[in-house]
Formats: sequence, structure tokens, C-alpha cells
Amino acid sequence: MAKMAVMEGSHAIAEAARVCRPSVVSAYPITPQTHIVEDLSAMIANGELTNCEYVRTESEFSAASVIQGAQAAGVRTFSATSSQGAVLMYEVLFSIAGMRLPCVLAMANRAVSSPINIWNDHQDAISARDNGWIQLWAEDNQEAADMIIQAYKIAEDHRVTLPVMVNFDGFQVTHLYEPVEVYDQKMVDEFLPPYDPLFKLDPKDPVTMGALAQPEYYTEARYMVHAAQITAKPIIEDVAREFGRKFGRFKGGLIDTYKMEGAEVALVAMGSILGTMKDAVDEMRSAGIPVGIVKIRTYRPFPVEALRAALKGVKVVCVLDRNISLGMEGAVFVETKAALYNASESPTMLGFIIGLGGRDITVRDIKGIVDKGYKKIGGERVSELEWYQLDRNILPEGI
Amino acid sequence: MKEIRIHGRGGQGSVTAAELIAVAAFEDGKWSQAFPYFGTERRGAPVTAFARISDQPIRIRSQIYEPDYVIVQDPSLIPAVDVASGMKENGLLIINTEKKPSELKIHTSATVKTLDATALALEVIGVPIVNTSLLGAFAGATKAIRIESINKAIRDRFPGKIADKNVAAVKRAYEMMEG
Amino acid sequence: MAEKMRLTIGLVTKPGTTMQYHTGGWRTYRAVINQEKCIGCRRCADSCPDGAPFECAHDGKKKKFCVNYDYCKGCGICAYECPVDAIDMAVEEK
Repeated sequence: MAKMAVMEGSHAIAEAARVCRPSVVSAYPITPQTHIVEDLSAMIANGELTNCEYVRTESEFSAASVIQGAQAAGVRTFSATSSQGAVLMYEVLFSIAGMRLPCVLAMANRAVSSPINIWNDHQDAISARDNGWIQLWAEDNQEAADMIIQAYKIAEDHRVTLPVMVNFDGFQVTHLYEPVEVYDQKMVDEFLPPYDPLFKLDPKDPVTMGALAQPEYYTEARYMVHAAQITAKPIIEDVAREFGRKFGRFKGGLIDTYKMEGAEVALVAMGSILGTMKDAVDEMRSAGIPVGIVKIRTYRPFPVEALRAALKGVKVVCVLDRNISLGMEGAVFVETKAALYNASESPTMLGFIIGLGGRDITVRDIKGIVDKGYKKIGGERVSELEWYQLDRNILPEGI
Repeated sequence: MKEIRIHGRGGQGSVTAAELIAVAAFEDGKWSQAFPYFGTERRGAPVTAFARISDQPIRIRSQIYEPDYVIVQDPSLIPAVDVASGMKENGLLIINTEKKPSELKIHTSATVKTLDATALALEVIGVPIVNTSLLGAFAGATKAIRIESINKAIRDRFPGKIADKNVAAVKRAYEMMEG
Repeated sequence: MAEKMRLTIGLVTKPGTTMQYHTGGWRTYRAVINQEKCIGCRRCADSCPDGAPFECAHDGKKKKFCVNYDYCKGCGICAYECPVDAIDMAVEEK
């Protein structure tokens, strides 16, 4: 077994980025991403990450533009952001995906203003779901770091050639210390070969990138990004398995399941909440309650077939969303429902909005959600969508 | 699993104390976890940090509501923060104060131990940074982590002379709590 | 309508593809350069959105410019810019 050390999540992620040997790192600091880019900046300054330039910018828009340009010039890049910073990047993120530049972006998930809130939820990445980036979602420090390495392999695969966003919870991962395996550079080099761009800007062999596409070409251009997302599904699985063989850690490709054998109620979620959910499920299983978990590890491309297979035979599915598509429901809930609607067997679906803006999620919360699932099975009225932790007492009268 | 909650003020090293517990416990061969709950970070504002120590890998990431141990870095927090909130009955609170436990208005059935870590830190380290002294007291009172592991964690984290002084403070506090 | 081109990943294209677009078919007027007046200053070529004017002769003292009618779309910018009024916009005979 490789050497382990207690590491802050941010440091583990910076370490993972370092061993992938990026040539250009550009980022603008924002809580809770800050420690990641501070660490990388120090690594470059101290000579621990060589042949790499850290480009300081005045905004996230510029940082995203720097990695876009550098990637177009044919080198591996890294950036990281959160929340408002991600929102400021959105325009460039669309452009990077459309131009099929395999950038890797670490996203320390955080709530989006207003009101201003520095704590964790998933709104920043969820609101970026349509921009063509592959989205991976990590549960803990180890998985977040491992996903960075896998992200490059997925992104740079010539059959994919899409950017990948690695998501992990702000504070619950970025600021949490726990044991993490220290990477062996040689093993990472064996797993991740040097970047071989499908195309690049080269004065000796000029090309045009990012040109206008008229109506007779735009549909096809968008279809090609979509097709690459769909093509990526088995490749994401393959890369996860290959990583598992190399490093001895496999946490699923598109989804992962936990104690789904004979489950009547299934919980579906993404991110660091999974650890707390597993403890809650262990307690409930010990008490004879057949409940299991489906963890969404890849949110884009959305794992429709994998979810259909994993949730087959379940009576009630409870989806936990740390985001809200205002005016509708949580995004994971909406999409899980959509994935199962035309399936041969479609379980009853309940959605729960939970953990917004850093509100803590406890084992008791998880058990309460499972109770709602059982109430539904028992024929009681349960609303399809519940803002689970909503404190109605502090709302203005009449709401 | 043992759960530890640390109450302090911004700038007192509560987060570092939690980190050192996690590093030391891992050094002891246990699994561990540490994380802060930040308010809007600023010096002097109440800060809470958490640590967990277990024989099994730790998955839970919620805050700690029913701690086995609580460490209070600053007695001025006691009127403002319910430091004993959710304490396990057989739990232990370690409070930095010159007062005796009986002089403090803390409503808990858990054990309360006090030491004047500020005086100790001023004497041994020369600055009123009490986090390492309180770690020594914690190890002495609970034996939840080994003092050698705390010392190693401190030496990994801080340069020579600063580490030496903190290790000396750990030893003094450890012995005070043991004795 | 020209035949549609085959797309590539990322729509990366080789430069010079505008050569395939013969914008000359759009024009109502055609730019005609009076070689007697032309002083070879190149302003017509530099200001043309399609790069239609090109150096076609030299009288020993000055360069002379002609127009590639595959690309001249008759906008008249060259005639406006020409410092010696050497360019006429003539009605295209169709």
C-alpha cells in the first residue's frame, strides 16, 4: 500500500494537479478554492512543479481565458474556482467546450449570491451543466484528488476531447483533513501519458479555431459535442477501472452503489453528503430497514442507463439535491425522474432540497428522508418535492 | 469513534489544533478527520473546529453535536457559546482558565477539567498561543492520542525553535493533567 | 449555394478557406482601376474587405493595381479611399 498522510482536501487536489504535470496554471483566488491555487503557486515558486507557468490574472474570466488559450496552443492546463468565480467563467467555459479543448477545472462547490454565502452547495456547477463540460463529482479528499488525474485521461482521449470539471464540496472537502494516499510520480506518469493534442495552434501549420458557424453548421457542431459526451460514458468507466487497477482504488465510473441489495428505498445524491449517508444507511440496515444508495459520480454525461439499472425494483427513490432550479425542483431530481420516466419499471420519486448554503446535513436528516420514503410506501400523502430543512418560522408571514 | 469539538476565537489556532489531533491520531495508527466551521473569518470571532478519531475509516462529514471531548481555548466564550452542548455524559471538557471547574457556570454532567494554558504558554512559549498546551492537556487527560505523536505532528508542522517551545508546553500540560 | 464542407472536431479549419467563397457574384457595381492615374499606394488593397485588388504591373516607376473580380463585391470602399480618384464604380453588366 502506498504511503498515506493526513492532508487537507485542497492540498490533496493541488498534489494531484502537480503530478499531472500541467504546463500552465491560471486561477483567481476565491473561498473555498483558495488553498488549492496557493499550494500550486507555492509548488511552482519552490520548483516542485517544473516546466509550468502560473499566470496571475485579475479575474476568473481572464483565468479561464488563459487556460483556453494555453490549451489551444497545445499544452496541458489546470485551473480551479468556486461560486461567483465560476459564474464569471461561464462564457469562457461554453467556448472551451465548443472548441473541444480538454481543459481540467477543479470546482470547490459553493453557493451562489444573492445573498452572499461562502459555504457549500452545488449551485455553481449545476448552473454550468449545459455548457458541454463533463462533470465528475467527488465524495471525499481521496476521490477528489483521484478524479483530477482521471479527468485529464478522460478529457484528452481523442474520442472525447472535451473539458472536464471535477466537483468537490467547499469546506467539507477543501478544508477537511483526512488520510490520503501520497501519489507516486512514476505511477501517475504510467497512467497518464504526456498530452497529445488532437489539434493545436502552430505558426508553422496555421489553423482557425473558434470560427463562426452559420445556421447550416451550428446544429451539427452542437451535436458533435453531445455525441462526444455520450461517447465519454464507457470511457469514463474504463478510465476509472484502469485507475483502480493501477492505484488500487475504484469508486465507480458513472455511478456507484452502496447496499442496494433488496433495497425498498434508494437514496440518490452527489458529493460529500455520501459519507454521512453511508453511516445513516448502515444504522438503518442494522435495524432491518432495506435502504440503499446510488451515488452519481458523473453528472454530465448523465448516467441514464446506469441509473435505470441500479434503481430497478426499488419502491421509492429519494433524491437529495444541494441545489435548486428555482421555479422547478432540484436538478438531480428532475433529471433522475426524466431518466426513469420511460423505463419499463419506474419507481415513485421524491425530491428533497437539503444542505443549501452550508447548512449541515446529519445522519438524522438522512433517516428522516428515508422515513418519508416509507410513509409514501405506506400510502401516506408525501409531497413530491420537500425543502427538507426549511424553517418556516423565520419566513415572513404569508409565505 | 471519538468526537472532539474545539471552541476558540479566530487567530487562536483552533483549526490547527484540530489538524494536529488528526495528524497525531493517524500517526497512532488510527483513522482521523479534522475540519473547521468558519464564520465569516476574522480575528477574534468565535470559531469551532472538529476532529474525529476512529479505528475504522471515517465517512461522516457532518458537524459534531454530541462530542466525547470538548476543548475551550478561551474562557470568555463561555457566556456566549454553549460549549457543553450535546456533551456525552461520560465526556470531558478541558477549559483554558485560571478558575477551578466549580467556579465556572457550565451545566453539564460531563467531567470538567481546567488549566491555565495562557499562563503556561506565556511562560514556556512566550506568546499566549494556547492550542498546543491544550493538546498536551487533552492527551494527558484522555490518552486518546499519544504525546509522542502530538510532538511529531508539531515538528512536522512548525520549524525548529517554535516546535521545541510548543513541544515543551505540550509536555508540561500533559503532566499537569496526568498528575 | 456552395456545397457544405465536412466538419472537423472543434471546427478546426485550415486557413484560406475564404478563397472558396467567390463573393464577386454579389456585386451590382464593379471597381475599375484607371492604370494611368494609379500611383501604386496600395490603399485599395488594404481597405478592401475581401482583398480583391492586387499588384498586377509596374511601369518602371510605380506599382499598378488590378482587381480580382472573383472577390470584388462592389462595395466601393476602394473608390472612396483612393487618394487620386483612380477607381470608378461601374455598373455591372449582367
